[in-house]
Amino acid sequence: MTDFFNALTLLGNFLIIPGLTYGSQLALGALGVTLVYGVLRFSNFGHGETMAFGAMVTILVTWGLQSLGLSIQPLPTALLAIPVGILATVVLTLLIDRFVYRYHRERKANPVIFLIVSIGVMFFLGGLIRFIIGPGDQIFFDGTRFILKAREFKQMTGLNEGLSLKMTQAVTIITAVIIVAAMFWFLNHTRTGKSMRAYSDNENLALLSGINPDRVVLITWILVAALATIAGTLYGLDKSFKPFVYMQLLLPIFASAIVGGVGNPIGAIAGGYVIAFSELILTFAYKKVVLYLGPDNMELESLVQFLGTDYKIAVSFIILVIVLIIKPTGLFSGKTI
Amino acid sequence: MKKTAIAMATAAILGSSVALAGGHAKTVKLGVVLGFTGPAESLAESMARGAELAMKEVSASKLLLDSATVSHVRADSTCVDASAAAAAAERVIASDKVDAIIGALCSGATISILQNVAMPKGVLLFSPSATSPALSTLEDNDLFFRASPSDARQGQVISEVLQEKGIKSIAMTYTNNDYGKGLADSIQSNFEAAGGKVTINTPHEDGKGDYGAEVGALAQAGGDILVVVGYLDQGGKGIIQSSLDAGAFDQFFLPDAMIGDSLLQAIGPDLNGSIGTVPGTDSNGAQIYAELAKKDGFEAGPYSPEAYDAAALTLLAMQAANSKDSNAVKAKIFDVANAPGTKILPGELAKGLQILKDGGQIDYVGATAVELIGAGESSGSYREILVKDGENTTVRYR
Repeated sequence: MTDFFNALTLLGNFLIIPGLTYGSQLALGALGVTLVYGVLRFSNFGHGETMAFGAMVTILVTWGLQSLGLSIQPLPTALLAIPVGILATVVLTLLIDRFVYRYHRERKANPVIFLIVSIGVMFFLGGLIRFIIGPGDQIFFDGTRFILKAREFKQMTGLNEGLSLKMTQAVTIITAVIIVAAMFWFLNHTRTGKSMRAYSDNENLALLSGINPDRVVLITWILVAALATIAGTLYGLDKSFKPFVYMQLLLPIFASAIVGGVGNPIGAIAGGYVIAFSELILTFAYKKVVLYLGPDNMELESLVQFLGTDYKIAVSFIILVIVLIIKPTGLFSGKTI
Repeated sequence: MKKTAIAMATAAILGSSVALAGGHAKTVKLGVVLGFTGPAESLAESMARGAELAMKEVSASKLLLDSATVSHVRADSTCVDASAAAAAAERVIASDKVDAIIGALCSGATISILQNVAMPKGVLLFSPSATSPALSTLEDNDLFFRASPSDARQGQVISEVLQEKGIKSIAMTYTNNDYGKGLADSIQSNFEAAGGKVTINTPHEDGKGDYGAEVGALAQAGGDILVVVGYLDQGGKGIIQSSLDAGAFDQFFLPDAMIGDSLLQAIGPDLNGSIGTVPGTDSNGAQIYAELAKKDGFEAGPYSPEAYDAAALTLLAMQAANSKDSNAVKAKIFDVANAPGTKILPGELAKGLQILKDGGQIDYVGATAVELIGAGESSGSYREILVKDGENTTVRYR
C-alpha cells in the first residue's frame, strides 16, 4: 500500500500540481485570445507581449512597494501591484486599438490583415518592453516560497517521495478559479456581458437591437488587458519574468484556444488544461512509478518516457494539427478559423 | 568570385610584405577578437583589457624586436554566430593588417575563425577561453593555441572529485551546445571508466521559463548528485531552482560555467554543500595579475588572466622568433611557455623580452601558471570548490 501512495505522491509532485498550475496559466491566456477572436474577430498575436507588458508594469510597481517596505506576507507583494499593472495595460490596449485596430475596423478589413497588423503590434510591444526593463531575467517573488516542502512532507507521512506545493502554485490555481468564475458570471448575468455575447454572435443583429459597438469593443479590451496582466504576472511569479519566454508562450496559448474551440470561453479553459497535461504526461519519465507499482524485485533500465523533454513544445504543435484536421471547430465547437 | 580573387591576391601581397618586415618591425598589431555581444558578453570586456594590458606592458618596455610598439584592434566575434566570427576575423586581417589574433571567446566562434580565416590566411590564433575538446584534434597547421585547458581534462578532474567524495551514481544535464555536450560526454566517459554509473545524460535548452519537465525526468532517473553542465545565468540556474522546488535533488555538481556569485545569490542557502570545479591556480601569478589589473582600472574576471597570458605568449614568441610572421612565431610558442628557462610572472614581460634578446631561454608562468601540452593547449589546473555558508570556498587545487 505504501508503494501505491509513493507512486501517487510522485505523480502529484511532478505531474498533477505542475499541470494544474501551467494549465491555469494557459487557460487565462487563452481566455484573452478567445475573447478578442469572439468579439473583434481576429487572432491577436500581440497577446503574449500584452501579458509581458502587464507583468512588467506589475514588477516595476512591486519594486516600488518593496522599497517602501510594503508587503502582504506570506503572499507575494506583486498581488498588491496587479491593479496598477491592469490599469496601465488597459490604457495601452485602448491606445493601440485607437491608433491601429480602429482604422482597419472602420474599413471592415479582412481578418488576415488584422492578424498581420497584430504581429506588428507584437514586435512593437516586444521592443518597448525590452527598452524599458531589458531582455534579462527578473525575479520579483517575495513572501513565503513554500506552503508544503518536499522534505517536510516526507517526515510527516513517512513516504519515500516528497510532495511540494509552492505558494505561487496555490495562488495561481486559486486566482484562476476566481477569475474564470467571475468571467462567466459577467458574460452570462450582466447586461454588458450579454451585449458582448450578442455582438459576438451576430454583429448586424446586435447593432439593430441598439447595442453600442464602441462600448463592446471598449469593454472587450479592458477585459483582455486585465486577463493578460493577471496571466502574465502569475506566470512570472511562478517561473520567472523574461520577455522572450512570453513570446514562446504564444504557441501553447493559441493551441489551447483552438483545441477548446476558439471564441468559446469554456473551450479556452478546457483547452488550457488539455495542452498543459498532454505536454507533461507525454514527456514525463515513469520509471519510478512503474517500479513502485510493479512487482517488488523488478529491475528497469529504461526511463519509461514517451518523448524527450525537448519535445515538450512539439506536443502542442501536434495536438493543434490533429485538432485542425479532425475537428476544426475544437472540442467545444467554437468558430472555425 | 572576382571579389574573393582580389581579396586573396591582397592577402598574398600583405602576407609577403609582413614576412619581409621580419626582425626590423617597428610596429606590431594584434587583433582582439572576442564575443563582445552574445551569451558570454559579460566576460569579454575584462578579457580584452587583460590582453591589452600585456600589449601595453610590452610596448612600454621598448624591447620587442626593433623597439616595436604594440597596438591592437578590437572586433566582435559574437558567441553563437559562426559567420559573424569569421567576418570579424577577416576584417582585422584584411583591413587592419594584424599580425596575430587573440580570440575567440567561445568554442564555436573559435572553430569558425580557425577554419575559415586563420588557416587559409596563415595567421596565428590564440584563444584565451575556448575549451571544446574538438579543438584538440582539429587540423590547424599548428597556427592555433589556447591558454585554457580542453574540457576533456575538466571531465577527468570532475570524475576524480566525484570518486573521492564516494559518489557512485550521477544524473547529468547539459546545455545543448558544443561546450555542454563536449564536457558532459567527457564526464560520462571518465566517470564510467572509473566504475561510476550515469543514470541519465540529457540536454536542456537555455532561456526557457520552466524546467519542471526536465527536472521530472532527471528525478525519475535518480542519482546521488545532479551534475549541471550549464550556464549560471541561464538554464543551469533554472534546473537547480526547479530541482530544489520539487525536492528532486539537494546536492549539485557545478562545472566552470556554473561558478559565480550570481548563482549563489539567486539560489541562497539551499546551495550549501554543493561542489564544483573552475580553472584556477595557487601560483602567485594570479594574485600579481589581479593587482596589475586593479592598477589598470579593471576587475580580473574569469578568463581575463588567460587573455593576458595569450597576448604575452604571442609577443614573447615573436621576440624569440625575431619576427612577427605567424609561421615563424608558431614554432616558438612552446619554447617560451614551457621549461627550461627563467620563470616569468605577470608584470615581468620586459625581463622576459630582454632574456630572449640576449639569446637566453624563458619559462613563462604568467597569471595562470600556463604549461602547454598536446596540440598547444593549457594542461589545466583546477580549483575544487565547496559552497559553504553562501560562498564559493576553495577546497584545494588539482
